[in-house]
Amino acid sequence: MTDLPYLKETPSQTAGPYVHIGLSPGAAGFDIYDHELGHDIAGPNAKGQRIRVEGLVIDGTGSPIKDVMLEAWQANAAGHYAHAQGGGPVEDGFRGWGRVITDFATGEWGFDTVKPGQVPGRNGTTQAPHISLWLVARGINLGLHTRLYFEDEADANAADPVLNGIEWASRRPTLIARRADRDGHVIYRFDIRIQGDAETVFFEI
Amino acid sequence: MKPPAEYYQRDPDRHPPALTPGYKTSVARSPRLAPISLEQSISEITGPTFGPSDIGPLDHDLIRNYAKTGDPIGERIILHGRVLDENARPVPNTLVEIWQANAGGRYRHVNDRYLAPIDPNFGGCGRTLTDSDGYYFFRTVKPGAYPWRNRINNWRPAHIHVSVFGASFSQRLITQLYFEGDPLIPLCPIVQTIPDPTAVEALIARLDMNASVPLDSIAYRFDIVLRGRRSTLFENRLEGN
Ligand SMILES: [Fe+2]
Repeated sequence: MTDLPYLKETPSQTAGPYVHIGLSPGAAGFDIYDHELGHDIAGPNAKGQRIRVEGLVIDGTGSPIKDVMLEAWQANAAGHYAHAQGGGPVEDGFRGWGRVITDFATGEWGFDTVKPGQVPGRNGTTQAPHISLWLVARGINLGLHTRLYFEDEADANAADPVLNGIEWASRRPTLIARRADRDGHVIYRFDIRIQGDAETVFFEI
Repeated sequence: MKPPAEYYQRDPDRHPPALTPGYKTSVARSPRLAPISLEQSISEITGPTFGPSDIGPLDHDLIRNYAKTGDPIGERIILHGRVLDENARPVPNTLVEIWQANAGGRYRHVNDRYLAPIDPNFGGCGRTLTDSDGYYFFRTVKPGAYPWRNRINNWRPAHIHVSVFGASFSQRLITQLYFEGDPLIPLCPIVQTIPDPTAVEALIARLDMNASVPLDSIAYRFDIVLRGRRSTLFENRLEGN
């Protein structure tokens, strides 16, 4: 093979049990930064439907994992990402990125945001509204990428090129968050199963 | 608009596999099914961006950013390097975050109960943005080794955890850096999750005497390489038009 002068990517190592110190120090038990990053995904000016997403991350024994950090990346309601190549403008204060940790006692996680719009797919397709998720934890050697889709977007989901690209139709529901409204708030439930029955689909992106 | 180009695929031989039984926690936390390959779309080639207003003036200085009554205990070090991509291009303005134990090997964390003491003047986290050349630096103290529950007598080599964003969600990476010459490196089950010894070498920060500050701090150099990006698009366009 020709020896081309590419560098090689730095290898991954687990985030370990104390990821909170670096990325969410308030949760680790101390106050150091003026503001921690990733607490407000949509900002006050974002248009669209305000929603909350909640869930657990469950290991191969069926137990919730209590030291996960999840990051979310999403478009705004118009289907634009807050990025130079994001497809269009976003509201002032909309970042589309958030960071959340699982509760040390229960393993529950949750974040507030707006429901994203549809975004373009490859080759002229349209992707259903979705939130990209990336999760790390002790015991996870390389961060896991997955996607969250919405139960009440059945038509868009049926046409989504990524969902349809999953060979096993029986696995697609692992990416669909279930509507679980509470106290007048729109809530979606999304449990992530790392291993075992109904293992969540993870992506190599 | 020119359609955005995608990132090179990850080299699986460069990274630890999900299931690494020597690192026991991975056994129940590793997917058993293969990940599904996803052709990158706008969702993957974009990612969060950060600016100077996101960070404070002392965030990169772990000797000062939690000092209460004086400097933290420990060997004063400068940790610096560049964030590059696989094409050897600098990755500018990207957020680099670190966290570490103190000089005694103890973390400031509600769940760390190791008997080594907390240092009242050391928080253990820092963050910075790379400059236009992809360069970053931190000032800190060298972390201590610490024992951990895996096999009965496992010790982590001195290490600093590093989180980097790059320009897209595809480049997102968390890793750990080690220090040149540490005899615990080859014994560590977490280091050993990486099958390729040359890949492990890429995680070892090198003593950098040129960057050391005489009578003050010794320096270690650690360059970070994120996934590279294609510059040419062929028929399989990311956006239909
Ligand atoms: Fe650690």
